[in-house]
Amino acid sequence: MIALSDVTKRYPGGHEALKNATLNVAPGEMVFLMGHSGAGKSTLLKLMAGIERPTRGAVVVNGQNVGTLRARALPYLRRNLGLVFQDHKLLFDRSVFDNVMLPLDILGYDRRDAARRARAALDKVGLLKHEKALPITLSGGEQQRLCIARAVVHRPAILLADEPTGNLDPAYAAEIGELFRAFNQVGATVVIATHDMNLADNLAPRLIMVASGRIGADTPAVAP
Amino acid sequence: MRSWISQQGRALRGTIWKLLRAPFATLFNVVVLGIALALPAVLYVGLVNLQKAAQAASPEPQLTIFLALEASRADVQQIEARLTAHKAIAKTRHVPREQALEDMKRASGMATVAEALGQNPLPDAFVVDPRDVSPAALERLRAELAALPKVAHVQLDTEWAQRLDAVLKLGRLALLLLATLLAFALVAITFNTIRLQILTQRDEIEVATLIGATPAFIRRPFLYYGALLGLFGGLAAAGLVWLARHVLNGALADLSYLYGARWQLDYLTRVDTVSLLIFAAALGWMGAGLSVARHLAEARPR
Repeated sequence: MIALSDVTKRYPGGHEALKNATLNVAPGEMVFLMGHSGAGKSTLLKLMAGIERPTRGAVVVNGQNVGTLRARALPYLRRNLGLVFQDHKLLFDRSVFDNVMLPLDILGYDRRDAARRARAALDKVGLLKHEKALPITLSGGEQQRLCIARAVVHRPAILLADEPTGNLDPAYAAEIGELFRAFNQVGATVVIATHDMNLADNLAPRLIMVASGRIGADTPAVAP
Repeated sequence: MRSWISQQGRALRGTIWKLLRAPFATLFNVVVLGIALALPAVLYVGLVNLQKAAQAASPEPQLTIFLALEASRADVQQIEARLTAHKAIAKTRHVPREQALEDMKRASGMATVAEALGQNPLPDAFVVDPRDVSPAALERLRAELAALPKVAHVQLDTEWAQRLDAVLKLGRLALLLLATLLAFALVAITFNTIRLQILTQRDEIEVATLIGATPAFIRRPFLYYGALLGLFGGLAAAGLVWLARHVLNGALADLSYLYGARWQLDYLTRVDTVSLLIFAAALGWMGAGLSVARHLAEARPR
């Protein structure tokens, strides 16, 4: 589903965020990229989402080589992805409901069908009763859940999450972990970059260590 | 196809909502565009009315031939014969100098002047209807008749109409220049407005791009915004022209009453109004398109 082969990413200015990274993620897998901040986890996710292009090597997502993808094909690659951002990237000038509607609008869903799906996604993350609220009135955990609802509302094949439990207390973090597990159980490939060991212990996914831009130990998932 | 139409509809609805959400900013923009468009529109209406008045005032062009005072009766008859036989002349009417004097006496206020004159100062005259009324043919005929013996002066009574025509031509040129300048202004205004829009919607553009929006999807609302702004500006301009005409017609009614006539200014025709609106909307769209092409890349991640 996702394959990086011998990928190096050097940012302008010479900083090498990734060095000769090779990584394969099978369809339906749940993978945690573990490591300190600055280790290269976010760069890995950005390469997978086509936000950055590799300096060397190939990044293949869903059968498409992201590095050589034409700019006009990029939106269609991203429609197969659900992105969860550490800073949420919610739109604060529109309601919770309209935030979740955005991906469906972009995909051109029929309005009524879209509204039904948006409500289902909000229900799943427990925010349906806040659908008319503005995101600014939500707590940090609720904002993160809203971001997840927006990422999964169009049922993407791949979910990429960057520090989804970044600054949440453990109870919220566990809740959010359950959401990822549920989404993974219905067949989605889930890649999460985090340094939250509790989350990893709860979900027992495949763990890939990332340190100073290099891929380290790769521990397979613990069968439940 | 259906989804394409529904996406257009959604972008349009979203844009209208965006315009209504900032009513004052929208209103000021529309007024500025309206004034910019109203200036050439008013000039256009003025020209059209002037042209119409000119046409109404000059029916068929005629030539008036004044003979020299010393022309004898025989000379007059000879010239009349030549004129009647002339191929380029449809009708000839002789105004004998005695009759001209009678006419002058009948004209109000001139009787005493005519009485005071010892002898008749007026020459024999012919009024001629030419067959070909094109300016070149008229000019040729005038020159030819002026060369006849005993002819003192040939007056082409379309001369003032020709002068007016030249003035109108100048007016149309000025209109074209003004319209071009203000079209640039309109494009510049929408360009800047859309630039601000793009800046304030950076987040939305970024998120939409990350979620998989095509550039067309992101561009669309801005283009609609520009076009709608242009359209409303056009409507405002049409309204301003209507208002100006309304006010002037009131004053003109008073004035024309004093002259015992009834003058009315025409408004923009329906075709003119629709063209104005389409033109304004197209310019708004163009300004938005230029702005989007210029500024979107800055606001968008890759």
